Amino acid sequence: MSNLIKFKIDNKECMAEKGTYIVDAARENGIYIPTLCNMPGVKPKGSCRVCTVKINGRLMTSCTTPVADGMEIESSAAEIQDIRKSIIELIFVSGNHFCPSCEKSGSCELQALGYLYQMMVPRFPYDFPLRKVDASSPKIIKDQNRCIQCKRCIKTIKDEQGRSLFAFRNRGHRIEVVLDKELGLMMTEEMADLAMKNCPVGSILKKEKGFDIAIGRRKYDHEPIGSTIKL
Amino acid sequence: MEKSVKQIIAKYNTNQTRLMDILIDTQELQGFIGKEAVSDIADALNMSQADIEQTITFYHFLSTEPRGKFAIYLNDSAVAIMYGQRAIKETFEKEVGIKFGQVTNDGLIGLFNTACIGMNDQEPAAIINNRVFTKLTPYRVREIVRYMREGKNMDELINESYGDGKNHLPSLKSMVSSNIRRKGMILSDSYIYGSVTKNILPGISPEAVIAEIKHSNMRGRGGAGFPTGLKWEFCRRAKGDKHYVICNADEGEPGTFKDRVILTEKPELVFEGMALAGYAIGGDEGILYLRYEYRYMKEYLEDVLAVMRKNNVLGENIAGIEGFTFDIRIQFGAGAYVCGEESALLESLEGKRGEPRDKPPFPVEKGYLNQPTIINNVETFATAVRIIENGGEWFTQFGTEDSTGTKILSISGDCMFPGVYEVNWGFNVEDMLDMVGAYNVQAVQVGGPSGTLIGPDEFHRTLGYSDLSTGGSMIIFNKQRDLLRDVVLNFMEFFIDESCGSCSTCRNMPEVMKNKLVRILNGNGVKSDLTDLKAWGKVLLASRCGLGQTAGNPIISSLKNFRPLYEELLQKEKEFDQGFDLEASVQQSCRYVKRIPKFHLHE
Amino acid sequence: MSKPVLATTSLAGCFGCHMSILDIDERILQLIELVEFNKSPVDDIKTFTKPVDIGIIEGGCCNSENVEVLRSFRKNCRILISLGECAIMGGLPALRNGIPIEECLHEAYIGGPTVQLNKSHILPNDDELPMLLDRVYPCHEIVKIDYFLPGCPPRADLIWEALVALITGDPMKLPYEVIKFD
Repeated sequence: MSNLIKFKIDNKECMAEKGTYIVDAARENGIYIPTLCNMPGVKPKGSCRVCTVKINGRLMTSCTTPVADGMEIESSAAEIQDIRKSIIELIFVSGNHFCPSCEKSGSCELQALGYLYQMMVPRFPYDFPLRKVDASSPKIIKDQNRCIQCKRCIKTIKDEQGRSLFAFRNRGHRIEVVLDKELGLMMTEEMADLAMKNCPVGSILKKEKGFDIAIGRRKYDHEPIGSTIKL
Repeated sequence: MEKSVKQIIAKYNTNQTRLMDILIDTQELQGFIGKEAVSDIADALNMSQADIEQTITFYHFLSTEPRGKFAIYLNDSAVAIMYGQRAIKETFEKEVGIKFGQVTNDGLIGLFNTACIGMNDQEPAAIINNRVFTKLTPYRVREIVRYMREGKNMDELINESYGDGKNHLPSLKSMVSSNIRRKGMILSDSYIYGSVTKNILPGISPEAVIAEIKHSNMRGRGGAGFPTGLKWEFCRRAKGDKHYVICNADEGEPGTFKDRVILTEKPELVFEGMALAGYAIGGDEGILYLRYEYRYMKEYLEDVLAVMRKNNVLGENIAGIEGFTFDIRIQFGAGAYVCGEESALLESLEGKRGEPRDKPPFPVEKGYLNQPTIINNVETFATAVRIIENGGEWFTQFGTEDSTGTKILSISGDCMFPGVYEVNWGFNVEDMLDMVGAYNVQAVQVGGPSGTLIGPDEFHRTLGYSDLSTGGSMIIFNKQRDLLRDVVLNFMEFFIDESCGSCSTCRNMPEVMKNKLVRILNGNGVKSDLTDLKAWGKVLLASRCGLGQTAGNPIISSLKNFRPLYEELLQKEKEFDQGFDLEASVQQSCRYVKRIPKFHLHE
Repeated sequence: MSKPVLATTSLAGCFGCHMSILDIDERILQLIELVEFNKSPVDDIKTFTKPVDIGIIEGGCCNSENVEVLRSFRKNCRILISLGECAIMGGLPALRNGIPIEECLHEAYIGGPTVQLNKSHILPNDDELPMLLDRVYPCHEIVKIDYFLPGCPPRADLIWEALVALITGDPMKLPYEVIKFD
């Protein structure tokens, strides 16, 4: 193929098709760059910043930056790993992430990243913000305590007319992802399944469902997140 | 004016990308954007209501709840507070009988805080129903509130004389003053607008315009300093159905107000510069993105545009050049500092939340409506006209080698003569302080909160892209000021309020850092806190845009240049203190169960 | 050389972390060889009788007594370990953080659906009772904590590995499966 270009990740020679996002190109070359807000096939937004890498001395998100010919990408340097770990810790302290009581525990991507980076305790103080749980939809529970504002549900859950069921509300530190009151009532079973599946944490849960996979059989019980990528 | 939300929607052709206009007009029609309006807009645009509300709730001046017949927005920036804002605030609360953030029960008056409104040289200032009230005093506040209760209208609320310059014009009738204290090539009266368009453009190709701008070495005046000629060239070369010229007049950096002055005194020069850019890049549409704080200029600027159209400096076949068509519309923001970031500005222009875009692609390739777009600062467009008038070579005699031309500074804070000063690049801070009558100076905030706080040992430094880069905001603090409490803390709160919230870093880290700063200010700081702040601030560099990347700067920069201020607050004898206070923490529960707290060791 | 001295306590926790200590199974015999227990529910010694090398804290701080015990552990122990989610981040008791304390007490003693007999609406306020804090605090927000072992409860292998590493100075082996937050 003529569109193949060469680039390096941590000095390892890699090849990918021109225009591929770094995170996908890395995966194709057997290198795992951790992500949280990113979803394959969905336009990236680079909001969690977990996939940060360094290119030409600048920090960039690998989910939004396409590879370029001759690009040299640093991903595993201690400095970058520490930034990622800091970000994960920051997300933990900024919400109310009570893993022991969470239905998503064991299959939660945020938690899995905590494991991957061996987060024993976040370096930042816990915020314990006062957040609400919205159970108004007959199909799902939207628990703001656990929401990490990754935007996945906003981007992927739409009705047949293309209207978004989820949206941001407010900005900055007070930002929330809310469910549209009207459309939330008309949510289908399939939409609810998809919303819960797309939520990387336990913020969107299907009603009358939970703790249905035994401890030991959950997604990240035995293998770290990203371990399927390594060659 | 349209009489219903439906008419407003129709006015903007039921166009999703004009949602900002629809919302602003609705807000002005009804005083808020209520459930019914949201539902009408959502139905018309085929969007969910939550989707409409996510745009409303992003912008400070839009609201889903009533804001009062008189909505009072009082500036709470650091300089406003230095000039007595607290007394003004207290008087408002006392006279109106409510707290800030509330509306009176009768719906007459609402009180709201707002970030820097671009009036740092005439604080304390407030915006009331889009009119700016400057140099407020407690007496005036009592009077204004009384007038409101007596049923007086907005014109009757103003009993001051109008400001200097053009502020007295019937289309402005504003008490704002321009305070021009030093003129250079932009602010001078020597240029007659239209002369470049009419006398020079007919004889020069678009490529030659770009070549001349490149030769001048001019760099963007907004602060980032990208070479203007290069930007125009990239955009001209980019393929698209249409090319756009956007003027960034969202000057939200606290302490800057020079764009307000340029647009008041020399709007024709800015608009001519936009048309010039349109000629250079091959675009026929320009948009002035103006911050909502300057809504009072709307009628005036529309008038200026109308006259320019009449004089064929805008419109079709401008200056007789076949096919050179260019017109400008004004798009308002609605109160969001982040929209000064060019890609956030584009999102806002398209009717969305002002969340910065990921780059690449850059706006010159995919900008407004995904078309090639240049976004330049107000001052940049004005400067471009003078470059084409006199040549790039002429321009390089001003300023320094890497920072050519002049820079308009907004100078405020502790000085005799705050206002707007146009100086050559290469000016040093010491001269600047002497120029404005600033004495006993402790520190200067260069480039606003996202810039640097420097002390006397750095006053020899010069203004320019290679030394002290600045978009123009210069705030002076004398030795009586408590830098950490009155400046750094205020700036951190500013960034917390103004983050778009998209990046996990900028959404959360400034709050974490501010909390630590507050703990230090409360006397609970220990040495390791300073190490932590420095290290934690680095995480912000992983943010998407300039706001996030600089959101820790107030602390980082003051920690670097004013470390003793922090050190003297630290507890010398302690290595660990997270600020926990046992006695304070049991008060609430003891009060509720009616017992007097007693402390004794069980051990 | 004398054996390192170990102390443990459970503050606002459920004793699950202590159960997990016991869950090291037969290695408990080795542990007794390696260390000497001082103040701990394991041996029921109520007060510190000598300087302690390693203090293990289960649970966060929800009342004044928790704070006092934690502070005395800090005073008497060379090294302090936060064991488990409650010690590290408040854990389930911290679910009340954010809810006003008045509301919590009202729900527990007056208005809650399980309150049947408290007809005279008595709120416990005897001086002998610990005073409730405004919220539940992670231990490291009150005293300096040296090490953290997460889990609810922390896996027995993690506790064992950490203790052995601390006592022998050998590097700690941390297989993926021992670090869990649930």
